[in-house]
Amino acid sequence: MAVLEIRDLHVSVETDQGTKPILKGVDLTIREGETHAIMGPNGSGKSTLAYTIAGHPKYTVESGTISLDGEDVLAMSVDERARAGLFLAMQYPVEIPGVTVTNFLRTAKTAVDGEAPSVRSWIKDVRESMSNLRMDSSFAERNVNEGFSGGEKKRHEILQLELLKPTFAVLDETDSGLDVDALKIVSEGVNRAKENTGLGVLLITHYTRILRYIKPDFVHVFVAGRVAEQGGPELADRLEEEGYDRYLSDAPVA
Amino acid sequence: MTTAVPAGAPSQTLESTGQHGFRAHSDGAGAFVPVQTRSERFTSTDVDAFGAVTGREQSWKLTPVARVADLIDGELDGAAYRVDADQVDGVSVTWAAVDAVERGRAGTPEERAAANAWSQTREVLRIDVSGEEKKRATIRRADLDSTPRAAHTVITAAPLSRGLVILDSVGRAKLTENVEIIVGDGADLTVVSVQGWDDDALHLAAHFATVGRDAKLKHVVVSLGGSVVRVNPSTHLGAEGGDVEALGLYFSDAGQHLEQQVYVHHDAPHTKSRVTYKGALQGEGARSVWIGDVLIGQKATGTDSYEQNRNLVLTDGTRADSIPNLEIETGDIAGAGHASATGRFDDEQLFYLQARGIGEDEARRLVVRGFLTEVVQQIGDPELQERLDAAIEAELSGTDLLAAGEH
Repeated sequence: MAVLEIRDLHVSVETDQGTKPILKGVDLTIREGETHAIMGPNGSGKSTLAYTIAGHPKYTVESGTISLDGEDVLAMSVDERARAGLFLAMQYPVEIPGVTVTNFLRTAKTAVDGEAPSVRSWIKDVRESMSNLRMDSSFAERNVNEGFSGGEKKRHEILQLELLKPTFAVLDETDSGLDVDALKIVSEGVNRAKENTGLGVLLITHYTRILRYIKPDFVHVFVAGRVAEQGGPELADRLEEEGYDRYLSDAPVA
Repeated sequence: MTTAVPAGAPSQTLESTGQHGFRAHSDGAGAFVPVQTRSERFTSTDVDAFGAVTGREQSWKLTPVARVADLIDGELDGAAYRVDADQVDGVSVTWAAVDAVERGRAGTPEERAAANAWSQTREVLRIDVSGEEKKRATIRRADLDSTPRAAHTVITAAPLSRGLVILDSVGRAKLTENVEIIVGDGADLTVVSVQGWDDDALHLAAHFATVGRDAKLKHVVVSLGGSVVRVNPSTHLGAEGGDVEALGLYFSDAGQHLEQQVYVHHDAPHTKSRVTYKGALQGEGARSVWIGDVLIGQKATGTDSYEQNRNLVLTDGTRADSIPNLEIETGDIAGAGHASATGRFDDEQLFYLQARGIGEDEARRLVVRGFLTEVVQQIGDPELQERLDAAIEAELSGTDLLAAGEH
């Protein structure tokens, strides 16, 4: 069974004021098929964790390890991580002018699988996934993220999740900026991927709203670059009622 | 009313103002030169009417003049050269003695190299487009060898005719030339000039276009190969309803100088222009120059114009000059705008693609191709588009596919 392990992870970022530590010893173990929600106030390091797993060059790992089935993820380049089965659904996906969604998806699928998908089944898969996510077919001919609304960008991220079939997905605030209808559609997509491929999910969110549609097995509360508390789904319910104040009073935000 | 609006980089106004810490300097003989309306530049078909080129003249300021001195001053072979033209109904390609052709209908030289070509041309290549149905013809120059050469081409589209003419140049060249484009009333002409020369080629070109009433010209400059390549297209919109779409695409490698000075003169009511030039630069000493002049004259009421230049810098050691100038002499216009941006490779785009498993090299290629593709797609010819895509691909992988003559 696939497992993603994060051990004593310390991460910093360069700012104008010098090196700033963000993550200060994170431990997490996610197994295939499990859904972990990472919740926490702004600035607690949730997104840093997401981008560090994906390998964004802005973040420097000072110490600690990330491993996927025993393989050292930190030694891999960004694209190697993706090919190893990691996926990051981004909060702010960038525009790529002149590159159509169709071209982009096919190129990514070919890269991840190591061979080009068979044309007929690929077209069918894309069509089906787009239709499930209520995306108009004209979408395929548009340039990646160019002129997409917030909701379209998130659907496009989940479309990639469904088509690339990673082992583990990090969803970075996928719920932000979505109305309830779009939130449901996107959540259904994640649940389908879980059902179909046994996807392990690291769901990063500020609010509990998305947890109504994507049920977490574990909830971790992030405060000041560490896991301050963890538990089952009931912890999310408690956060919904009490907010993060309880953690903030005794743990200053970095 | 005359308003000169220089935008972005250094421009003509610096000659007198010296603002932002730039030291005031002057062109020519060191005398004070006021801002001059673009249409009032000196022109002549006689090379001796122009003084010796020093490199300080407005037209030569950003060009490595020493590398093209032979073309500016030297003796040139003005005879006919070998041309391979598609046999297409409605496109006739012929040579004519220079005395038998009326030259200068679309414009006359503004600088010495163009005048040098004009003075020494002996035979003129005539491309005549007629007939209302769509047609497409490629006129190929495969190798002009290394003799300094003068050339003159006159492309004439008969009234109401439609056609696509591709001037396709590969191989060796040391060439200064004039290309006249005359678009008859109601005609719809596309001219694509592809510079896919060998690495050491030198090429200076002045294109002059005149667009008839309710006629449309799409003019495309694609510069990929050559040591110094300078293609300066001017378009005169002197009849009501004339329309020009000027597109450009260039990819400058180490040591390469690719330049284009684009001028659109709106000189009649309800004329329209769109200028879009995009370029990529990579390698030590890769250089590009784009100067975009748009003049909206007093008669040009209801004009709609927009010009833009975008450069994508792929490595250190490159330089892109981008200078849009917009001059408006009437208050009654529908629109006039300009934009210029020169940027580095966007690391976030790279990260996004790599995070989807796409390797760094391929991700870079995707982004650059995407950037340039906007222009390629607007050419509107699938066959040429495919070839240009392949040529861009080859530029990115460091080999020169276009010059390999695979067509």
